[in-house]
Amino acid sequence: MSATILERRTVAGEPLRLGNELRDLMQHAHLARQLVHRDLTIRYKRSVLGFLWTMLHPLLLMLIFLVVFSNVFRFQTPHYETYFLSEYIGWIFFAQTVTHVMAAVAWNGPLMKRIRVPPSIFTISATISGLINLLLSLAMLFVIMLIAGAPLRPTLLFLPVSLVVLAMFTFGIALALAAVSVFFADVREMIQAALPAVMYLTPIIYPISIIPERWRPFFKLNPVAYVLEIVRDPIYYGILPTPLTMTIAVMVSIASVVFGWMIFSRLAPRFHAHV
Amino acid sequence: MRMSDDAIELHRVSVTYRMHRIRSLKEFTVRTVVRNRDDSRVYALRDVSLRIARGESVGIIGDNGAGKSTLLRVAAGIITPTAGMAVSRGTMAPLLELGTGFETELSGRENIFFNGALLGRSHEQMEAHLEEIIAFSGLERFIDTPLRTYSTGMVARLAFSIATAVDADTILLDEILAVGDASFRARCDERIQRFLTAGSTVLVVSHELPVIRHLCARTIWLSQGAIVGDGASDEIIDRYERERGG
Repeated sequence: MSATILERRTVAGEPLRLGNELRDLMQHAHLARQLVHRDLTIRYKRSVLGFLWTMLHPLLLMLIFLVVFSNVFRFQTPHYETYFLSEYIGWIFFAQTVTHVMAAVAWNGPLMKRIRVPPSIFTISATISGLINLLLSLAMLFVIMLIAGAPLRPTLLFLPVSLVVLAMFTFGIALALAAVSVFFADVREMIQAALPAVMYLTPIIYPISIIPERWRPFFKLNPVAYVLEIVRDPIYYGILPTPLTMTIAVMVSIASVVFGWMIFSRLAPRFHAHV
Repeated sequence: MRMSDDAIELHRVSVTYRMHRIRSLKEFTVRTVVRNRDDSRVYALRDVSLRIARGESVGIIGDNGAGKSTLLRVAAGIITPTAGMAVSRGTMAPLLELGTGFETELSGRENIFFNGALLGRSHEQMEAHLEEIIAFSGLERFIDTPLRTYSTGMVARLAFSIATAVDADTILLDEILAVGDASFRARCDERIQRFLTAGSTVLVVSHELPVIRHLCARTIWLSQGAIVGDGASDEIIDRYERERGG
């Protein structure tokens, strides 16, 4: 028995405390690893291609988009494949993680009712396994760029920073949606329907230049566009994001985590009655 | 500042659930707009206060639906009370419901690690106790077969072995001792005694009054979410039996 006695208080009406949650998460680091491992393997364990399938699925999707849209936009966008994929893999990470987290919380609800696990652990593990998938997709993108003859530039070294910002943004949104979807099951379907809309409102598959000048201010209001732009800039354009874009992306990500935690920490103490 | 030495404190704890639960945002919006929300609540625990000192062994008895399991979950920090406050001190080994945190497709051995992780144990800790866990559960022959082939008793034995392999300050048992054969129960008993000797706190929910009499010095009797008796096990259980019999 340890010298410092672990004290845990649960007080009616009080939100989850950040300090307690972080301490619990450290203690459950091994569980997080196991959950990530399960995400990455068990899902595809029974299929013949096994782990390769995790790669093949986004690859096929990419191919479809590529074939369909490269003919539409190729005249204004050199190396359309790199233009499109550099942002699309970031989008896929965001959309899949958000979807996956809502499913994971619903799926593990019975567990949360019976064992004391830090409630945010499912959101964290889903974000981490999403990030691993994203890194694999990035590696694949580099191969595609080499084959297509698109230049790999030194600005790629900036990419880790962009990915951290994107991961923070995604994690915050996922926290909020995970919490809300515990209370309202139909939120999952609403988000499923909303995601494609957000994707088409973000210049991922098309260049922003096809949008008429007077509509562009509206497109500037879309926070997703900034956190994805900072991923595309170093890969496709070979430039660092402008200070303005970077500042907005970082602010949006911090706001997302703060806002996500505010919602999550207030709703989590009441999960047990709803899962 | 002197810290209280109690392992568990509940201060005026109530747990309520809505009779009618709103499940969708659509329903929530509609009912809020037309002001047709049914807010009536049912009590699982009603204004419960208690202190359990470190090293005590306490039994919790009462009829079905009296709030026994809810009480254990509040003590374990799984349920946040609707009113009041719960404090627990020390590490916990909660054994609350059979088969929780087990993957039926994984083998017994893989489940030892997964379940250990859920309880906040490290891989190394489980590795160190692996042989002991398998031996204690008596499942040597089945440990590499998927859990779906196990009987309820076998799962219970594995769950108990995992949860009690690593030392914990507080052990919570919810009807776990009812399953398993006589020889396993004797071993469980021995292990619980060992924990008590080492100064751990033990909370047992059971319908088997002889088990409580034997294991616990103190018994709490719950009825409709409230404490109606709290004292020496023999005294409380005698009263409970008289009242139920008469």
